[in-house]
Amino acid sequence: MNALMSYFGSKQTPGVAGNQLWALIYIFIIFAGVAVIVICMNWLERKVLAHFQVRIGPMRVGPHGLLQPFADALKLLTKEDIIPQEADKVVFWMAPVIGLLAAFTVYIVIPFGPTQAVTDMNIGILFMLGVSSLGVLGIVTAGWASNSHYPLIGALRSSAQMVSYEVAMGLAVVSAILMTSLNRDGTGTLSMLGIVQAQQQQGIWFIFKFFPLGLIAFLIFAIAMVAETNRAPFDLPEAESELTAGFHTEYSGLRWSLFMLGEYAAMIAVSAIAVTLWLGGWMRPFPNGLAGAGWDFFFALWPGLTFIGLGGLAFLGVVRMPSAQFFKIQRVGLAIFALALAGLGGLLIAITIGAHYSQRNIIASTSAGIAYVYWFLLKVAVFMYLFIWYRATWPRYRFDQLMKVGWKVLLPISLGVLIVTAIVGMIL
Amino acid sequence: MNSAMAPGMTPVATPFFFYLLSGMAILSGLLVITRRNAVHSALALIVTLLSVSGLYFMLYAPFVAGVQIIVYAGGIMVLFLFVIMLVNLERVIRERQFNRMWPVGLAAACALLALFLSVFEKGKSLFDRASVPLSDKFGPENTQQVGIMLYGNYMFAFEIASLLLLVAILGAVIMTKKRI
Amino acid sequence: MEITTLHYLVVAAALFVLGVIGVLTRRNVVIVLMSIELILNAVNLNLVAFSRMWGGLHGQVFAVFIVVDAAAEAAVGLGILIAFFRNRETINVDEIDLLKW
Repeated sequence: MNALMSYFGSKQTPGVAGNQLWALIYIFIIFAGVAVIVICMNWLERKVLAHFQVRIGPMRVGPHGLLQPFADALKLLTKEDIIPQEADKVVFWMAPVIGLLAAFTVYIVIPFGPTQAVTDMNIGILFMLGVSSLGVLGIVTAGWASNSHYPLIGALRSSAQMVSYEVAMGLAVVSAILMTSLNRDGTGTLSMLGIVQAQQQQGIWFIFKFFPLGLIAFLIFAIAMVAETNRAPFDLPEAESELTAGFHTEYSGLRWSLFMLGEYAAMIAVSAIAVTLWLGGWMRPFPNGLAGAGWDFFFALWPGLTFIGLGGLAFLGVVRMPSAQFFKIQRVGLAIFALALAGLGGLLIAITIGAHYSQRNIIASTSAGIAYVYWFLLKVAVFMYLFIWYRATWPRYRFDQLMKVGWKVLLPISLGVLIVTAIVGMIL
Repeated sequence: MNSAMAPGMTPVATPFFFYLLSGMAILSGLLVITRRNAVHSALALIVTLLSVSGLYFMLYAPFVAGVQIIVYAGGIMVLFLFVIMLVNLERVIRERQFNRMWPVGLAAACALLALFLSVFEKGKSLFDRASVPLSDKFGPENTQQVGIMLYGNYMFAFEIASLLLLVAILGAVIMTKKRI
Repeated sequence: MEITTLHYLVVAAALFVLGVIGVLTRRNVVIVLMSIELILNAVNLNLVAFSRMWGGLHGQVFAVFIVVDAAAEAAVGLGILIAFFRNRETINVDEIDLLKW
């Protein structure tokens, strides 16, 4: 009980404070949260892609297709598990597990708030870069273990692409780390919490620092992270028209869903890295410009208001649904969903108002924690929408064009940004 | 290791993790040298490299551990797996895996092990003594201190290492060209 | 039982001997190269353990240099292997026995 309560007053993450109970709780929350986000992303991707292509996407399974991801998950779970005959069974089984492990281990160091992280390692960024480069191994073993030429070529191409864009990603990250060393006391840091605190101390998001250097570094990382996760327009290795689904051709049912889970988890992880390094992490907009208790309270109401707004949109969907008998159950379902969202929003607003007027430590720190996590997840959600937008808009890169961009365009630009950032940082 | 720890670095269950990681490292090392299939050997080597990286974390060397994960497990092993896939021959798996002179090799290695163990036995008193208290070089500032040494004392070696990497890149490219 | 430097040295010696056995007894060139990586890792572990014992960072810096060196050597060694494989179609060390053919 003491371990449970001591977290609310502490100023450190559970890992650093040695609070194993809360570290385990956070790990569990991360697993559950990533699963929920992947389900939402699945639905969102199909609906948003459909609306981009002037159609409406799944509408039948639940109201506005809201139960479609659950139906897909059920189908995948009950599919037959096919293993090619000459395939290496142990390696075939292990390949999705490796990819999933590499994607999920990154979440240990991602800071959702100043104390809302599993732990804060001193070499957080180094650890993140290293573990995300282990994901390549999952793809390579998957392609080889399938014992078929489409997966092998897809795996080799995918791993060549990922390795090439890792270099540009690393250099962009290093130029962001350089900016952390421009604090008043002159020490830089590799820890993720330290990077956001450096942005807090310097009073500027690193994307706007030394304009346009921070912006170019951020854009290089944004392009490299799309290539790292094999998403469009860099998704040649898993494109259906080119390689019949590439390295996961021979995987069916639950194993394929493990790959998809790993891919979405990797997307969220690299977006979280980009948010931490350049977009100020958990900080609300304008913490220095619009400071003061009134503005703090205004921005603290946003989490609850967002959910109430989402509930309102869902209620609008209820109102606009045709009133035939066929749609009755969908109207009822959507109305319940709208009420649930609005209820969640109301709960958050109640916590915020309670923190404003009471003095209890646990409510105040809970409200602050919810606000930090909300702003972080809002910025990550913008990145997720961008991923879907890229997929809807841009055609695929051919493989030689892809490698050319990675080595001949991104690498020199990132080197140049690094050198110029170092020079400008020393002069100013 | 005595317990004068740098701030913020309290170890947790040190003997358990040491035995776990070193057991994993040695077991995977055994798998590397005995597997018939080269891909299984490569995967076992990855487990070895990650366990050794964990041992570096326990030795208060987080920077070296990070470098090990990025370069060794994430770079070199991907290279090995590529090459294994390129030179994968079906008939190799069915051939003899060990040399004809394997007893000689094994005897030589056992002699080496005996030499090591005798050295450890003679020098037991030297290695057992308590280590110096942890300076702040091993604490949260480890990366900064390694950087200061790399760019300070070892600047010359650093430049030569970069030259070595350039030569290796050129060598690898030229070796694999079909017509030079 | 407290873990002293000697424990790490024994682990490093075991990895070293396993690597030596791999180099001396296997016929597959790629596995020989992987055993060499085992040897280099054992040396690294030794260096880092001693760096911890004596309290200086020289061991860790040297370990970083060894990792860089191992990367370069693996790249060139595997390049040579691929070039050889194109000509002779074999990866047995017993059959790679001519300097020029």
